[in-house]
Amino acid sequence: MAAAAALEAVAPTGALWGLVQDFVMGQQEGPADQVAADVKSGSYTVLQVVEALGSSLENPEPRTRARGIQLLSQVLLQCHSLLLEKEVIHLILFYENRLKDHHLVIPSVLQGLRALSLCVALPPGLAVSVLKAIFQEVHVQSLPQVDRHTVYSIITNFMRTREEELKGLGADFTFGFIQMMDGEKDPRNLLVAFRIVHDLISRDYSLGPFVEELFEVTSCYFPIDFTPPPNDPHGIQREDLILSLRAVLASTPRFAEFLLPLLIEKVDSEILSAKLDSLQTLNACCAVYGQKELKDFLPSLWASVRREVFQTASERVEADGLAALHSLTACLSRSVLRADAEDLLDSFLSNILQDCRHHLCEPDMKLVWPSAKLLQAAAGASARACDHITSNVLPLLLEQFHKHSQSNQRRTILEMILGFLKLHQKWSYEDKDERPLNVFKDQLCSLVFMALTDPNTQLQLVGIRTLVVLGAQPDLLSSEDLELAVGHLYRLSFLEEDSQSCRAAALEASGALATLYPVAFSSHLVPKLAEELGRGELDLARGDESTKCSRHLHCLQALSAVSTHPSIVKETLPLLLQHLCQMNKEKGHSVLRKVLLEDEVLAAMVSVIGTATTHLSPDLAAQSVAHIVPLFLDGNVSFLPENSFPCRFQPFQDGSSGQRRLVALLMAFVCSLPRNVEIPQLNQLMRELVELSCCPSCPFSSTAAAKCFAGLLNKLPAGQQLDEFLQLAVDKVEAGLSPGPCRSQAFTLLLWVTKALVLRYHPLSSCLTEQLMGLLGDPELGPAAADGFSLLMSDCTDVLTRAGHAEVRIMFRQRFFTDNVPALVQGFHAASQDVKPNYLKGLSHVLNRLPKPVLLPELPTLLSLLLEALSCSDCVVQLSTLSCLQPLLLEAPQVMSLHVDTLVTKFLNLSSSPSMAVRIAALQCMHALTRLPTPVLLPYKPQVIRALAKPLDDKKRLVRKEAVSARGEWFLLGSPGS
Amino acid sequence: MVGGGGVGGGLLENANPLIYERSGERPVTAGEEDEQVPDSIDAREIFDLIRSINDPEHPLTLEELNVVEQVRVQVSDPESTVAVAFTPTIPHCSMATLIGLSIKVKLLRSLPQRFKMDVHITPGTHASEHAVNKQLADKERVAAALENTHLLEVVNQCLSARS
Repeated sequence: MAAAAALEAVAPTGALWGLVQDFVMGQQEGPADQVAADVKSGSYTVLQVVEALGSSLENPEPRTRARGIQLLSQVLLQCHSLLLEKEVIHLILFYENRLKDHHLVIPSVLQGLRALSLCVALPPGLAVSVLKAIFQEVHVQSLPQVDRHTVYSIITNFMRTREEELKGLGADFTFGFIQMMDGEKDPRNLLVAFRIVHDLISRDYSLGPFVEELFEVTSCYFPIDFTPPPNDPHGIQREDLILSLRAVLASTPRFAEFLLPLLIEKVDSEILSAKLDSLQTLNACCAVYGQKELKDFLPSLWASVRREVFQTASERVEADGLAALHSLTACLSRSVLRADAEDLLDSFLSNILQDCRHHLCEPDMKLVWPSAKLLQAAAGASARACDHITSNVLPLLLEQFHKHSQSNQRRTILEMILGFLKLHQKWSYEDKDERPLNVFKDQLCSLVFMALTDPNTQLQLVGIRTLVVLGAQPDLLSSEDLELAVGHLYRLSFLEEDSQSCRAAALEASGALATLYPVAFSSHLVPKLAEELGRGELDLARGDESTKCSRHLHCLQALSAVSTHPSIVKETLPLLLQHLCQMNKEKGHSVLRKVLLEDEVLAAMVSVIGTATTHLSPDLAAQSVAHIVPLFLDGNVSFLPENSFPCRFQPFQDGSSGQRRLVALLMAFVCSLPRNVEIPQLNQLMRELVELSCCPSCPFSSTAAAKCFAGLLNKLPAGQQLDEFLQLAVDKVEAGLSPGPCRSQAFTLLLWVTKALVLRYHPLSSCLTEQLMGLLGDPELGPAAADGFSLLMSDCTDVLTRAGHAEVRIMFRQRFFTDNVPALVQGFHAASQDVKPNYLKGLSHVLNRLPKPVLLPELPTLLSLLLEALSCSDCVVQLSTLSCLQPLLLEAPQVMSLHVDTLVTKFLNLSSSPSMAVRIAALQCMHALTRLPTPVLLPYKPQVIRALAKPLDDKKRLVRKEAVSARGEWFLLGSPGS
Repeated sequence: MVGGGGVGGGLLENANPLIYERSGERPVTAGEEDEQVPDSIDAREIFDLIRSINDPEHPLTLEELNVVEQVRVQVSDPESTVAVAFTPTIPHCSMATLIGLSIKVKLLRSLPQRFKMDVHITPGTHASEHAVNKQLADKERVAAALENTHLLEVVNQCLSARS
């Protein structure tokens, strides 16, 4: 018995011994994982592994020792969680000791220490001991990159789990680390090292006397100058390094005295990226700095920012310069001051004003805008800065406006004023009397009114925008100002054709201001418009003169523009209805009815009824549905208060075609109800809808019926009733699609029912979609079926909307794509030549609507089809394929580059298509091609540039324009300066 | 060929030039959208090609600096000729050759080969007008200038969309 047990104990260790030998002496890699797996499964303990390693750990040959330790370290990396505290202590002692060993051994020792640094059972005190040993024994920067990375990992691990203990080391830890990373060159290691420094600072480790050393050892990399090698497998971008270094440099005010001079120096650099990085870093610093840190550097900082914004040719430098000034000002505004300290904000702003003010007086010169932008960047930083600057600048600008008489100069000045006024909207002032704009109100108003009466359209436009901004300031404008303003807006609303933009802006401004000042508009504008409308009616009655007619139209547009507040709508709506009645009297009785039944009018009513219905309270919804459904089904008009309806209302029976059109209104109502509102007489309603949907007389009402049916179907819970309705629809479609007069109606019903089911993932949807796909091969309905895929994939506005409580699953497009695209592709290959375009069109509709991230991985399989579609002779298919490929070129250049040869050839072919739209789209694709990686394109450059010379001489200007921009981009490829 | 220099740091020769309004996009007419009607190349089309060229030292276009104007463009589509006169912002502008070269290159890249193009300084607006014009008219010198990496770089920057 005892012997057997002993044998059992020996057998595994015997196997272990073999594995160890294979690894150490046999130089095989596999056994390491095997041993680790066995330790994990409990076959051996770590102690047994050490014992089995025994002699190799003490072997006089360093390579053998290294190999032995490597095995142990690899096992520990996988099994560190199994270690007991006692084992950890021994292992640490062993490894620390080995740090003194031969340099060949060190990498494996570090791996082992990394494993132990992950160990939960590490007793207190050992982390510090390991670090001290490393600091003392290892010269990190002479190790290879991987091993340096291991050391950083050990530190990162300890910092994550042993923070308190490491802090016990005091500044020694910081100093040790500084020495360790000094001279690091590898971007991978730098990312980790920067992270460590950032944690040192942000977790409040003691930096002791080493603040400047820590700054030096990191700031020597600033500004980052790194270009990833081509095909870099590590994927480290320049931007990663920039951001992680910036996080370090801008993490503490203690670096300020060293960093700010460096930034000032680098902003002055000749290299664009260095300028940008410096300005952005300055911007980041302002988040943690205060007045104390900035004090000594403010004049130089301002000089640098000013110089950049004044001189630069790069919009990015300008934007970053302005952002930095904004943060500087915000920082100065935010700082809490001691009572006796001087507030630097005032002197800083005074400096800015002094350097910029005089440029504002030269509205024709280049520096006017950079100066205004600088002032606005500073003024946008705080309420205090805003007051300081505007109280200084506004009087100047008001004066300058009057000093300059040319419209374009005035426009520049007013545009600057507008910028400052907009900034005021950012700050709310509690006390009405404190509002700084009050003082300037009268001058501003008179200036705006001058602008509004100026003959120059551009100045008028700025005037209108300024008026809106003034109006948005609470309690600024008096009722007299408003009356004047409304008078101007009235006049501008009737401007003639050549100042369309002004009229449109005036209408928009009226709408915006009317919501704020409904009383002013209803008392001063609506009566005038009413009067004008009355005059127009008389004029129209006297005969059609086109000018009168356009005035009339403008009047109606003005009325609709100001109808943005309920109280105004209460006045304008009766006016408009009365106007309609008036027209009705003059033009014969049928006009009003005809007007109200027009497609656009009904569509507008559908949108109103739909929106109103979605907001009904449950009670009111139930009450309404109990009236409305019987109204349409049974002609029950009893609930209408002024019931003077001349004939019976029977839209579903033999009622007039006019009545049938009103089913659209029923659709708007019942399809927007919440799902839990029960619809009375549902069965009858659905049957009537299906009947009407396939009635061939009027496409408008049959489509409305089909949509209404689909809208209701979408919301019904699964069950027998739903199945019955579905069967009803399927039968109707089947019968209707057979040769006869109502094939197109049956198709419309099929399309909408399919959409209703696709949206809710109903199992029958796949079968209906198949049927739809079958119709792509139908000579008569094929093109309509192809367009139907666009409807299936798009969002409706009137029925089947989320707002209208329809069941719309989020991923329906993706699902539709996955379920159906293979069949579409297959259908395409099987289809006869004359219907192939239908498949391509259907496919391109599906692809166009699909979110790009979903589409990109599928591209490789579809691309060949799309490329084939480019050879299809149908212009519509060519066009939709080009419009599908164009965004893909921009967003998935890597995938597309595989096909560059085909793409270049086909695009160039299509650039001489007889269709102008295709030529334009093809040239736009040629342009988009330049986004592909340059090395891929360069071989084609001479050929493309030669070929694109031809469309430069196209007879159509719009084509030439695209050719010019495409060819220009191709010239820049791989050329210096691009 | 002279030119280049002064693009990076350092003081600008004319730090605060007059600026002019940009004309809007050319409105698209019904005729332009009609497949059948040919649109001939006119002065506005040429002007649209060159007006958005960037100035080598300001974040402004040649149009905004009034260096190019539509009235200084002469074109005849049937005779395949284009003449563009440009006006440096100051009479001693050292950028004049570079600006002229940019205009020339833009036209070379954008117009059909049949066109004969003449780019010159508006008479009486530059100290070394004659010398600059001579350089711009010399095909070999233009070609040689474009072999010069530094010059090509600056020209390309003038012709790129601003970043």
